[in-house]
Amino acid sequence: MQGKIIDVTIDNIVGEVMNMKNDGQRFVTFSTYQEGEGKIGILYHFDKDYEDTHLRLVADMDKPIPSVSGVYFAALLVENEIRDQWDVKFDGLVLDFNRTLYLDPEVTQVPLVSNVKIAPKK
Amino acid sequence: MATTVIPFGPQHPVLPEPVHLTLKVEDEIVKEAIPALGYVHRGLEKLAEIRDYHQMITVCERVCGICSMIHGTCYSQSIEELMGIEVPARAEMLRVIWSELHRMHSHLLWLGLFADAFGFEALFMQFWKVRERIMDINEATAGSRVIVSVNIIGGVRTDLSPDQLRWILSELEIVEKEVREMQDTIMNDYSVKARTVGVGYMSKDDAYILGAAGPTLRGSGVASDMRMLGYGAYSELDFEPVIETSGDCWARSAVRFREVGQSIDLVRQAISKLPEGDLAAKVKGNPPEGEVYMRVEQPRGECVYYIRGNGTKHLDRLRIRTPTFANIPPLLHMLPGCELADVPVIVLAIDPCISCTER
Repeated sequence: MQGKIIDVTIDNIVGEVMNMKNDGQRFVTFSTYQEGEGKIGILYHFDKDYEDTHLRLVADMDKPIPSVSGVYFAALLVENEIRDQWDVKFDGLVLDFNRTLYLDPEVTQVPLVSNVKIAPKK
Repeated sequence: MATTVIPFGPQHPVLPEPVHLTLKVEDEIVKEAIPALGYVHRGLEKLAEIRDYHQMITVCERVCGICSMIHGTCYSQSIEELMGIEVPARAEMLRVIWSELHRMHSHLLWLGLFADAFGFEALFMQFWKVRERIMDINEATAGSRVIVSVNIIGGVRTDLSPDQLRWILSELEIVEKEVREMQDTIMNDYSVKARTVGVGYMSKDDAYILGAAGPTLRGSGVASDMRMLGYGAYSELDFEPVIETSGDCWARSAVRFREVGQSIDLVRQAISKLPEGDLAAKVKGNPPEGEVYMRVEQPRGECVYYIRGNGTKHLDRLRIRTPTFANIPPLLHMLPGCELADVPVIVLAIDPCISCTER
């Protein structure tokens, strides 16, 4: 994959994203994938003068991940999308749709994780 | 001052697709806008698990009709990079020609809709009349007007004959002349300026930090155009990003208007430099394990594909970030402070494509 990849953890992700902002990096988006059983991989993509930088976070799906929407406001949509598609929670989301950005409250299947059911929203 | 909550959409005359905005308004001034998506969520990314990597081109082309060619190109390039396939030079240049035709018809469609949004129906009809010539080119060269389906992994499936190339050039001359005739109306007309100048202002710094894309970003003075990455055959063409600095709805329409002319120029350059050779490289086997991050410039802006191969014919993961998705946070920044009557113009100025956004 083109560009620099930096591994991060849930303890330093917000700080690393803040470093990106201070460096004048433009927030592009996040990409997600399943990294083994019960783990999610998130790539935070940034761009500066057409050069890519990616932060790679591998985290447990059942534990909340610190939101970076307080640093880059635009992250709110993609974090809500991850919440919908992977049932991963984010701590400190500036606008939390609580798994109903795309999905109706009565949906019980997590779209991108096979055979995982969740309770409908009240 | 009492606050009134006004629902905008999901069905609204100015919106071709459904998005809902909850507007909190005080004395006709918007104080807050909260979006609601999900009306057309299709879950296309999930299909990568059950469609093989060749079939997924068809799916990716249908993420968006207007940008279908460029979605197909971005996906094909991602797979080609993952598999180490070298695409023939002629195929790369043909992709540029169809991509720029798509950019032209997308911008002409948008300029018409934009004119219609503030009441210029005659101008709407004029832009769409010009657009018909591009649609006719698509139909004559690829067999369909919108989803041209020319991309395959390794190249393109259709060639352009010398007669077709000459005809495209002659049609583009007419398009250029007719577009130039409308220049004063869209860029210098008093009524258009009254509805767009200073409306939906976003500064250069805000556009950059909010992750805006395409004409929304370039209209605020940021020279960012993914074609400058030189993907495909763009590295062989001479062009610069089109930018405007006033950061308002007028600037965004001016960027799109000028980009129609830029696309005409790029098609001419591509035809003049079109090399002889094969249309596609042979593709064998399945994509290997690995990941690819690909960015291209669509009419609405930067589009991002992330794919992850696992050695089988199915991808482990396909992630698509479309430009409208990137432009919603800037929209939420632009709306507070505007007059209620300007909301349709500001929303349309980002060229929202909700089907793309939700996939």
